[in-house]
Amino acid sequence: MIVGKQKPIEETWAMVKDFSRVLVFGCNTCVAVCHEGGNKEAQILASLMRMKATQEGLSLEIRDSGIERQCEHEFFESAEKDIEWADAVLSLACGVGVQFMVKRYPEILVYPGLDTCFLGDVEKNGLFTESCQACGKCVLAETAGICPVSRCAKRVLNGPCGGSNKGACEINKDLPCAWQLIVDRLEALGRLADYERLAPIKDWSTERAGGPRKLIHEEFMK
Amino acid sequence: MSVKTPSKLEKILAAGHQAVTSECGPPRGSDPEVIREKARLIRDHVDVVNITDNQTSVTRMCSLASCFHLKQMGVEPVLQMVTRDRNRIALQGDILGAASMDIHNILCLSGDHQSFGDCATGQNVHDLDSMQLIQTVRLMRDEGKFLGGGDISRPPEMFVGAAANPFAQPHKIRVPRLAKKIAAGVEFIQTQCIYNLDRFEEWLAEARDRGLTEKVYILAGVTPLKSVGMAKYMKNRVPGMDVPDEVVARMAGVPKEKQAEEGVTICVETIQRLKEVPGVAGFHVMAIEWEEKVPEIVERAGLYPRPAMP
Ligand code: SF4
Ligand code: SF4
Repeated sequence: MIVGKQKPIEETWAMVKDFSRVLVFGCNTCVAVCHEGGNKEAQILASLMRMKATQEGLSLEIRDSGIERQCEHEFFESAEKDIEWADAVLSLACGVGVQFMVKRYPEILVYPGLDTCFLGDVEKNGLFTESCQACGKCVLAETAGICPVSRCAKRVLNGPCGGSNKGACEINKDLPCAWQLIVDRLEALGRLADYERLAPIKDWSTERAGGPRKLIHEEFMK
Repeated sequence: MSVKTPSKLEKILAAGHQAVTSECGPPRGSDPEVIREKARLIRDHVDVVNITDNQTSVTRMCSLASCFHLKQMGVEPVLQMVTRDRNRIALQGDILGAASMDIHNILCLSGDHQSFGDCATGQNVHDLDSMQLIQTVRLMRDEGKFLGGGDISRPPEMFVGAAANPFAQPHKIRVPRLAKKIAAGVEFIQTQCIYNLDRFEEWLAEARDRGLTEKVYILAGVTPLKSVGMAKYMKNRVPGMDVPDEVVARMAGVPKEKQAEEGVTICVETIQRLKEVPGVAGFHVMAIEWEEKVPEIVERAGLYPRPAMP
């Protein structure tokens, strides 16, 4: 899932306060799971903003709404009226959702309410951790199922670096060293000898470095 | 091991001498005199001098230019190169730049994370890792090829080194990791500073058992402690450093004004003991911002004079 974090209200308030009809718009999938951008969070943020408007004596109208996913056309129908009503939308989706709305509603101003942070999992209730950077050429088969691209601070493919310290990464003692995890798992699986295989130089052209990426399925495009 | 490059370090090692290397950090400014002055302090007592590459991620004069200043004064440099700051285009380009100045030694490192330095909000690159940089230099040197497959006119002639830390965790892969660097093509190793001699000797024995000391020259890293404060700092704050309690206690056991001398003595004793250990091909004496102590350490350890090499 995509994990995001709400921007400080001072920042989002500055984006929208000079409009007259503002819609705070939730996205009820990934960013709802991390309690930052779902329809419930949209409701709360909208009421906080209404209080701010009263405090500052501004007459703007603020509504909230939301849909299941802001990154696909099929979910927008139920919210079409709210969106058309607004002269600015504060989207609580990830950056993908915000931009999807920009494409879909070119005439409406859409602002980002979240900072999109990473692709991660729900390690346990309330804890979300990064575990993939969509590098476009997965190496998990060679690294005991633990991703060095996203979980090592230097994305070294032949780790660990010299900074690995008692299981922690050199940058933070609360962050596990990905390569310690890889070595431990290889050992647990009885495959420590695999550690000595050199990982080849990686083709990063399938990653961000190669420019924006696309996946095309002609058969579904009609 | 036969000599493959014009490197003085390689010649000294191949001739069976225990080599002595040291290192200098470039200044936070553009005055070449700073690097020359450090080199003057140690030039007669060491064979080659490493120049660090923006060490601890603090921006400094670049390693390549600093190496050039050493070269001009007749001191043989080891170009340290980290994969943190340059992609494969820049790494290969800088290797050729160094080769154009007839720099014959390179040390391939990943580099500390940028969050330790003065540009914590910057990007890191890590297009290659340190093992892959070793492979790259060997490809460029031995096959005269770029990573992209093209031919290099006048390929670099560099003796290829890397670091190893016998003390870091996970312990179980310390020797396999050395084997992996050898498989990547490394020819000499400079180790992390050694204070825990027993652990170092264990690591080396394991490497010897696997025949690795026949395939790579291992230079034991030593750093004189200036004070008990420094000993404690290294013990508690520097990742991957193993300073046993006895060493801290020994430093604490002498009065403040004698601690520097004690630190130098510990360093000399370390070299004296390790000189006799099979598989130790030499010493890397890192006297951090204390270069003036290097001559004394080298002399007292019985490593002076240095062999003359053509
Ligand atoms: S290797 Fe690439 S695709 Fe696989 S988990 Fe890591 S970043 Fe994601
Ligand atoms: S300590 Fe481990 S996770 Fe951190 S940069 Fe080094 S290898 Fe990567």
